[in-house]
Amino acid sequence: MISAGVDCGAKTVKVVILGEAGILGWSLLVAAADTSAAVERAYGEALDRAGVSRQRVERIVATGCGKLQVGFHQHLVTEVSADARGAVYLFPNARTVIDVGAEEARALRTDSQGRLVDFVINDRCAAGAGVFLESMARALEVKLEEMGPLALQASRKVCLNAQCTVFAESEVVSLVHANTPKPDMARAVHDAIAERLASMVRRIGVEPEVVMVGGVGRNPGVVEALRDLLGVEVRVPEQPELVGALGAALLGAEMG
Amino acid sequence: MSGFLAWEEFRWNSPDLDWRQARVITGGVDVGSVSTQAVVMLDGELYCYSNIHTGPESGRSAIRAMQWALESTGLTIEKIHYVVGTGYGRVNVPFAGRTVTEIACHAKGANFVYGSSVRTILDMGGQDCKAIRCDQEGKVLSFLMNDKCAAGTGRGMEVLAELMGLPLQEMGEISLKVEQEPPPVSSTCVVFAKSEASRLLRSGWPREMVAAAYFSAMARRVVVLLERLGVEREFAVTGGIAKNLGVVARIERELGLKSLEPKYDTQLAGAIGAALFAMSILERKNQP
Repeated sequence: MISAGVDCGAKTVKVVILGEAGILGWSLLVAAADTSAAVERAYGEALDRAGVSRQRVERIVATGCGKLQVGFHQHLVTEVSADARGAVYLFPNARTVIDVGAEEARALRTDSQGRLVDFVINDRCAAGAGVFLESMARALEVKLEEMGPLALQASRKVCLNAQCTVFAESEVVSLVHANTPKPDMARAVHDAIAERLASMVRRIGVEPEVVMVGGVGRNPGVVEALRDLLGVEVRVPEQPELVGALGAALLGAEMG
Repeated sequence: MSGFLAWEEFRWNSPDLDWRQARVITGGVDVGSVSTQAVVMLDGELYCYSNIHTGPESGRSAIRAMQWALESTGLTIEKIHYVVGTGYGRVNVPFAGRTVTEIACHAKGANFVYGSSVRTILDMGGQDCKAIRCDQEGKVLSFLMNDKCAAGTGRGMEVLAELMGLPLQEMGEISLKVEQEPPPVSSTCVVFAKSEASRLLRSGWPREMVAAAYFSAMARRVVVLLERLGVEREFAVTGGIAKNLGVVARIERELGLKSLEPKYDTQLAGAIGAALFAMSILERKNQP
């Protein structure tokens, strides 16, 4: 049976088409102003790549903060359930999952079957999500995708006092004016967000293996800083953004 | 500094009082992250004051503020009997005899600005906001502070002013032009609120509605702080944002309580409190 998972997030739409053999196709699109149009496009693209027609998809499951924008959904699942299922599929020993997206971050504990044991969510504060890194990248005048590699080149520890994205932006701008080396500042930025993420995940307890998913999982600076703070290995799938959509598709396939 | 964030500095001195006739001359300087106020009192009455931008060098702002406040009065800093410094930059008031916390000064100052019936004060400053409970003498009983999050602070206001291309000083009035109050933006976080405000503007919402929605969320944020502390009447707002009637109206609505009417400029509360503390310190020194 073929199922589809559509993860409509704050910034991007992800689709995974799943068959008996595994992932048949996927897509990832930035959702601009018209989210439903982006959802349609992303779905179409994933189907094309899978070589599957719309009619052959038996289950369509939506997740993500914009799940209601997926007009053609049949079922809805929470992001945390989707993450748990998807992470365990990719890493059978995954027991703690940290999902950091553009505007929200979550940490969850799962069992060996990918069932949720506990979770914690931050959807209140921008400083614990991807938008913090975007904001700091602007302040540093560096491309978002360069931030992680830049942080890994740091030589000195710089302290970022501000907790809030808005205040941190001003602080970074003053540090730039004071000619603080950019790699050191990038490192401080990554340490700052990793501290918040570590704090969040400690609330539910860290049980190895720890897996990081979501777009921010692509940032090696954050992953490295998290490894240091948690003192455990943090594994990241090849396509961390797709795990929610994958999990949704898996849950769809399991539905009676 | 962007044109939208600029606001006018001001000074004032009493046309009637004469410092040469005063028994006790005290000063208070409140060095904030955004603005600095200097106040001089003669026997506990307001004599002169100024409100200036702190600027990047907070070390100089105390002197500049006090010198400007004293301008054309003939009174000089050296002739002031005692000065107390307060605010985030209080260590930078070189001519102060000592410093007192801004919490204590705001409570004391609010008691002066609003009268002795005030018991709960909300101070919304440049980069923080505080909720303070005080007694009839303006003595602090308890307080809660947010200095970690931009929500409910002047910085949060600046973010919206920049987005909308409106001068800070006009924001409050504009938000009061709405005919029907829109729902608040869904997040109190300034970053998320700004994204939402941006989307609303692009979708065709008029500026007054966006400002209204944003201020409602801001009001909600500070009321959470106030309710955690516990609110006792009478209630009053100090700090620069107290001049934003749009925010104050929404705070009053959210709280279900009206704020008292100030007798003096609300931004001076900290410096006034400091000048009053200077008086008590002198009185204690002069006791046998």
